[in-house]
Amino acid sequence: MSDEKQQVSRRQFLNYTLTGVGGFMAAGLLISPIRMAVDPVLKDSSAGDLANVGLAVEDITSEPQRIDWSVNQVDGWYESEVNRSAWVYRNDDDEIVAFSPICKHLGCVVSWEGSEQHPNEYFCPCHDGRYYKDGTNVPGTPPLAPLDEYEQEVRDGMLFLGDARPRGEA
Amino acid sequence: MLQKIYDWIDDRIDITPIWRDIADHEVPEHVNPAHHFSAFVYCFGGLTFFVVVIQILSGMFLTMYYVPDIENAWQSVYYLQTEVAHGQIVRGMHHWGASVVIVMLLLHTLRVFFQGAYKKPRELNWVVGVLIFFVMLGLGFTGYLLPWDNKAYFATQVGLEIAEQVPFIGMQLKTLLAGDATIVGAQTLTRFFAIHVFFLPAALFALLAVHFILIRRQGISGPL
Ligand code: HEM
Ligand code: FES
Repeated sequence: MSDEKQQVSRRQFLNYTLTGVGGFMAAGLLISPIRMAVDPVLKDSSAGDLANVGLAVEDITSEPQRIDWSVNQVDGWYESEVNRSAWVYRNDDDEIVAFSPICKHLGCVVSWEGSEQHPNEYFCPCHDGRYYKDGTNVPGTPPLAPLDEYEQEVRDGMLFLGDARPRGEA
Repeated sequence: MLQKIYDWIDDRIDITPIWRDIADHEVPEHVNPAHHFSAFVYCFGGLTFFVVVIQILSGMFLTMYYVPDIENAWQSVYYLQTEVAHGQIVRGMHHWGASVVIVMLLLHTLRVFFQGAYKKPRELNWVVGVLIFFVMLGLGFTGYLLPWDNKAYFATQVGLEIAEQVPFIGMQLKTLLAGDATIVGAQTLTRFFAIHVFFLPAALFALLAVHFILIRRQGISGPL
């Protein structure tokens, strides 16, 4: 054998082969478990149907009122009824607005006029987050975005609500 | 790049001797199937370990979906097998691997037996091997209950009654395993789960470590 033709040494060849075979075996072993582990990320989330929340449209006033209802939730192998709530009112343009009570700071629950010091606002007790009546966060308080709004529909004079979406996407 | 990272670390904490001591040793000619094809019998030990690695990996991933609770265990297994991508494959790896590991272990044991490799000075490692065998049977027995279907339930029922046949302490032994004197239920499942994924794997790791350290100390037996 001539020396100049020998570009790959025996040691290198063995290293490549062993790494290749080892890598192939490791990949074969790990590919399914990893695909299974990341499955929740790749599954498309099923958008919830609209649910009758038990509130007649004629009872909606310009004063936000809290309503509670429950929806059927499928969580993997576990199905259950989970509670939802919303703050619902009629704005100055006579449109129905339903806010999610989940604070846009870190997820606590806000209440209309939840603090006596801040009338006419939504208040979050966790870090004193505040929102104006139209859901816009009060500048200088922790939340950085307006309250989410529920998808909504009126059927037979009753309010139906779906998923909560950031403002502008509902 | 990798070489640089390696050098940087090696420069500081001198790791080369560590892995050299673990990985860099000669494989005797008489155990190398490239020299004598019949030497493939020496592979069974390594193959057993390989399947154990499969069991541990697939088991860890199954635990992401499995719940050890009588209301949900079967549902969660059904879900991971029918709704989760590749869940069926991962469960299959664990399900079939549990049998293959016993087959490999048996072949390995037969090789050691018929070659007389258990003789002095390797008697201790034979004993460790037998303990590994028992731990493996324990893993098979406890794992079998986990899917919480009829097959699992009655297999465990039978297994517990076998334990009950032990003289004098049979009843106590059965209750200790099942978590209840008469019921095979909620407490049995959580117990078996804990034993299956924590206690026995820990015992298995310890025994495997001893097994391998002894092999390195004493070398592989033979040639015949
Ligand atoms: C040598 C090691 C092992 C053996 C022989 C073994 C054996 C078994 C067996 C026979 C089953 C029942 C499978 C079926 O009926 O489909 C099972 C289920 C299970 N094992 Fe293991 N196992 C081992 C290691 C592990 C480890 C290390 C873990 C977790 C860290 C684990 C987690 C599970 C889980 C979560 C189940 C229930 C899911 C199912 O039934 O498919 N196993 N195992
Ligand atoms: S979570 Fe509402 S203010 Fe922090």
